[in-house]
Amino acid sequence: MSTPVLDVRHLAVHIPVADGVLHAVRDVSLTVAPGQTLCVVGESGCGKSLTSLAVMGLLPASARRTAERMDFAGEDLLKMTPPRLRELRGNRMAMIFQEPMTSLNPAWSIGDQLTEPFLRHGKGGRRQATDRAVQLLERVGIAAAGRRLGQYPHELSGGLRQRVMIAMALMCGPDLILADEPTTALDVTIQAEILHLLAELQREMGMGLLLVTHDLGIVARVAHRVAVMYAGEVVESGPTVAVFDNPRHPYTRGLIDCIPIPARSRPGVPLGTIPGLVPNLVGGMEGCAFRERCAFATGPCARAIPIVHGDDGHTWRCVLLERAPSLLEKST
Amino acid sequence: MLRFTLRRLVLAAVVGIAVSVIAFMLLRVSGDLAIALAGEDASPADVERIRQEYGLNRPIIAQYGEWLWRALRGDLGRSLFYPESVANLILTRLPVTLSLAGMGLVIAILIALPLGIIAALRRNTWVDRTALGIAVIGQAMPNFWFGLLMIFLFGLALGWLPISGSDSFAHFIMPAITLGWFSAPVLMRLTRGGMVEVMNSDYIRTAHAKGLPARVVVLKHALRNAIVPVVALCSVQFGNMLSGSVVIETVFALQGIGYLAWEAISRRDFPVVQGILLLVALFYVVLTLLADIANAWLDPRIRRG
Repeated sequence: MSTPVLDVRHLAVHIPVADGVLHAVRDVSLTVAPGQTLCVVGESGCGKSLTSLAVMGLLPASARRTAERMDFAGEDLLKMTPPRLRELRGNRMAMIFQEPMTSLNPAWSIGDQLTEPFLRHGKGGRRQATDRAVQLLERVGIAAAGRRLGQYPHELSGGLRQRVMIAMALMCGPDLILADEPTTALDVTIQAEILHLLAELQREMGMGLLLVTHDLGIVARVAHRVAVMYAGEVVESGPTVAVFDNPRHPYTRGLIDCIPIPARSRPGVPLGTIPGLVPNLVGGMEGCAFRERCAFATGPCARAIPIVHGDDGHTWRCVLLERAPSLLEKST
Repeated sequence: MLRFTLRRLVLAAVVGIAVSVIAFMLLRVSGDLAIALAGEDASPADVERIRQEYGLNRPIIAQYGEWLWRALRGDLGRSLFYPESVANLILTRLPVTLSLAGMGLVIAILIALPLGIIAALRRNTWVDRTALGIAVIGQAMPNFWFGLLMIFLFGLALGWLPISGSDSFAHFIMPAITLGWFSAPVLMRLTRGGMVEVMNSDYIRTAHAKGLPARVVVLKHALRNAIVPVVALCSVQFGNMLSGSVVIETVFALQGIGYLAWEAISRRDFPVVQGILLLVALFYVVLTLLADIANAWLDPRIRRG
């Protein structure tokens, strides 16, 4: 197997807060193979966004990052000097953020912001930068691309701005794109378009894509591998087919039950829900973080949970020996 | 941008006319000018003669029209005390005040911008607190007192700089520092506040994600957004320096507009007062116009307004 474009082992992010230390990301291991898509799923506040920011070195100043390993294409990100990190950022690894409305600088034109990484990383002159910008704007589905270069962010809708952000991430032809819930702030109709566009571009350009999302529907279609996060931990990860067909963690199962399936979800019959709330991550945490909400919790769940390795690199963090039963089936 | 500029020009012209009316009216409502001019011991006949001579018996609209028509051609009347036209008086004093205010503004910006930016980037550290301390001292100390201290130290004790007059560049150093030092704190606080807010915004994170060095992130991406209110305030501060340098001009014996205004007011030299009033008001109009244009260039969202 070739060197993964991203290899993270046992990443933890701690944030000091008023009443202790918030263990926002506790033990996250992820790999993205070249040209593959890894989807990180989980509900709000589970540490998905912080994980991608930690990779880019863009965590808030107060946050502390530790990991056993964090390699980008074989280079150690943990020991990397700031100048070297700047050479990689925006160049070989690029990020698309959650908030397109505020992620572009209101004082500079679209053209200036698009060409900036290209020029900064010495990919060519102004002429080439402009050509590439126009070409990418067209590729991400923006009409009259040449005219857009002179426009400013406030003249564009949210969907257009996110397309501009995507084009900007692509300017230097990166090996890895980190997309942090890129469609959360957009209209539902635009969401699917943007995600399909990202998946298409990923295939076309052979990039690694780490897509943070909570849209399991899109995950099933675009992801090569999935990592399910809960309360700062990866509770299950593996090839998409394995995880969807044979979920081993009750939380994964719960998430899958929440997806409405056209024609099969009958009107009037409630969709799956997971009862309870995410635990507070301030202070220490022992045992399975999901046990309070899990219908199958037993004594061993309060102790440290070993990671179980199945076939195809399918791993999970649960003491149940069999395929996770549906929480719906149990309740009805 | 062109449309914006034209619109602002028209607006400035309207304000300019309004200002001229006010400058004209203020003196008329301050009492009967003929009596004031004639002096306390004048006979009613003298007062009437003066009224005739200065055209003060004509309708006020006509007086204003004539005054405006002359002012537009550069004729602001004659001083009642100097054997010179008001325009000449002002023109000979103007360079002194302009140099003083210009240098003062440059000094204020040179102090305020770097300190404000550094204080914002090193928020809640000793650097930030030191800058805050400087700001408090600057704002709390009366500027004539600061000027006198400088005269004692650099003029008398050390003998480095001349303490009065306006003959050379060296004469302007201390008064300009005094003016700038007094204006710097408020500019610094505004710069710091703007930078703190902007540095926390999402587009700054985007700039970092592009691999830009900190210098480019701060000076290109952050400062342009944070500076807009500072530019507006600079124009107001410059106006204050032009009109409010009376104290500084007196302390350092600079023969500028401020000094002339003070002199004219105390002698009731009303054509001079009126001329200065009009000039200073027009300065504000022009400065506001320039600040608006500068800000529209800095922030494209303003151009629509």
